Amino acid sequence: MTEPRIAEAPAAAPLQESHLPATTLHEGSFPATTGRAAGAGFRRALAAAAPPLVLVAAALAGWQWFVVATGVRPQVLPSPLRVAEQGWAAREQIWANTVPTLQVTAVGFGVSLLIGWAIAIAVDFSPWLRRALTPLLVASQTLPIIAIAPLLIIWFGFGLLPKVVVIALVTFFPIAVGLIEGFASTPRAATNLLRSMGASRWQRFRLVRLPQAMPSFFTALRIGITYAVTGAIFAEYVGATAGLGIYMSLSKNSFRTDLVLAAVIVTAVLSVSLFALTYLVQRLVVPWYRRG
Amino acid sequence: MVPPRLTLDGLTKAYGGLPVLDGVRLTVAPGEFVAVVGPSGCGKSTLFDVVAGLERPDAGRVLVDGVEVTGRTEPFAYMPQQDLLFPWRTVLDNTTLGLEVAGVRRRAARDRARPLFAEFGLSGFEGVRPGELSGGMRQRAALLRTVVQDRAVLLLDEPFGALDALTRTDMQVWLSAMRARHAWTVVLVTHDVREAVFLADRIAVLGPRPTSVIQELHVQLPRPRGLSVLTDAEFAAAEARLLAALQRS
Repeated sequence: MTEPRIAEAPAAAPLQESHLPATTLHEGSFPATTGRAAGAGFRRALAAAAPPLVLVAAALAGWQWFVVATGVRPQVLPSPLRVAEQGWAAREQIWANTVPTLQVTAVGFGVSLLIGWAIAIAVDFSPWLRRALTPLLVASQTLPIIAIAPLLIIWFGFGLLPKVVVIALVTFFPIAVGLIEGFASTPRAATNLLRSMGASRWQRFRLVRLPQAMPSFFTALRIGITYAVTGAIFAEYVGATAGLGIYMSLSKNSFRTDLVLAAVIVTAVLSVSLFALTYLVQRLVVPWYRRG
Repeated sequence: MVPPRLTLDGLTKAYGGLPVLDGVRLTVAPGEFVAVVGPSGCGKSTLFDVVAGLERPDAGRVLVDGVEVTGRTEPFAYMPQQDLLFPWRTVLDNTTLGLEVAGVRRRAARDRARPLFAEFGLSGFEGVRPGELSGGMRQRAALLRTVVQDRAVLLLDEPFGALDALTRTDMQVWLSAMRARHAWTVVLVTHDVREAVFLADRIAVLGPRPTSVIQELHVQLPRPRGLSVLTDAEFAAAEARLLAALQRS
């Protein structure tokens, strides 16, 4: 579970101040194409959603056909229709386990954001801290969470804390790196302009480096939020009193493969919803930034 | 005699043992427009960074009105080559950036910048994002951001270098007219010989690296200058003298 995270986090990128031309600065400055008529927006959204939906529908049809044709037992592989049916029948139970997972995700990701921001700001202000923390940040991502999560349960019990630790550990890294690189993407010429105005380091941070980092932050946020949900599920899987993770674990132990898959689908919907939510937040926080 | 507004007194600077500035001397009178011209890579930008207080010279001093200001930024308003208008600020809020940095309240800063918009050809664009401005407008907004700071000396670093030829000519004519109305003291770095002759009262020619001022030329053309001056015999003569000086350097 941890491997794709390490692969995707932009760990290898340089952390020093870049000399990029100001093109990064003006990315958002072209007249936006988003403010058009709502009908056009809806049609575009539909056009974007159609190809993946077609693929999913085809895959589900193939799966259904395979199960019916081979007569495989539902404990091994339930048909998609059965998953939907049984999942719907167990909806109250699933929902009761979804709420705690959402709570854990929210708290864990909140803590992760706090840590990521604190580290990134500290590193941006202090070259010494940058040198000191960068290798440790990378090292933190080599921890085998799968082995540590059970220990966290032993240390901290079945409550919120071990889950928050797992989620934070899994998601703070892309956020910190995204912010650090975002701050550092400030063109030197912009820094010099502010200095020529007599700006203090803090003013330069607030007036240029912080807004400059926003596009990169929101990219990092999207990477982080998808890992947050799977991180929560994983932490619960190891041990919890409630939540989708422990629900999957228990369903698996009683050979309810259909309910495991139903919970998986809920998890996916949760992740995608949170992912989409970041675009909404981005619109509100940085309305000036629109991607091509 | 009026003391010079700006004095560069033997500015010397090396980077990693490589000398860039070798005793640059220059004086600029109050209200004077001086162009600094030199071969590319001669250290014009380094000179500006030192004068603007962004870099400290290894030796030499910068004086404004007779007071030493070496390494200080307050007497100078600096306009870099790129317009550096920030997309997260409206045009008006971009122009007030320097005032905000200086601690002027946002409201007061806006009240100071707003009346200048008409003169800078930016009326009606106060509330839009910089991305909606044309290249010339962006450059005028950047200049507005520079002059509204009300500093003793304006330092313009190739402000029109990135513009197309037509827009550049427009901007030069416009700046010449603006300058006739305001008592700005300006140092303009450029590698455009025509621009230097068209805009400046005096031109300082820099030699190759390590650079110093190797010649000063006075441009004896009436002010304000319009496009008709381009066909003036004195304009052609001044241009020829400047080119000759650059060739020798």
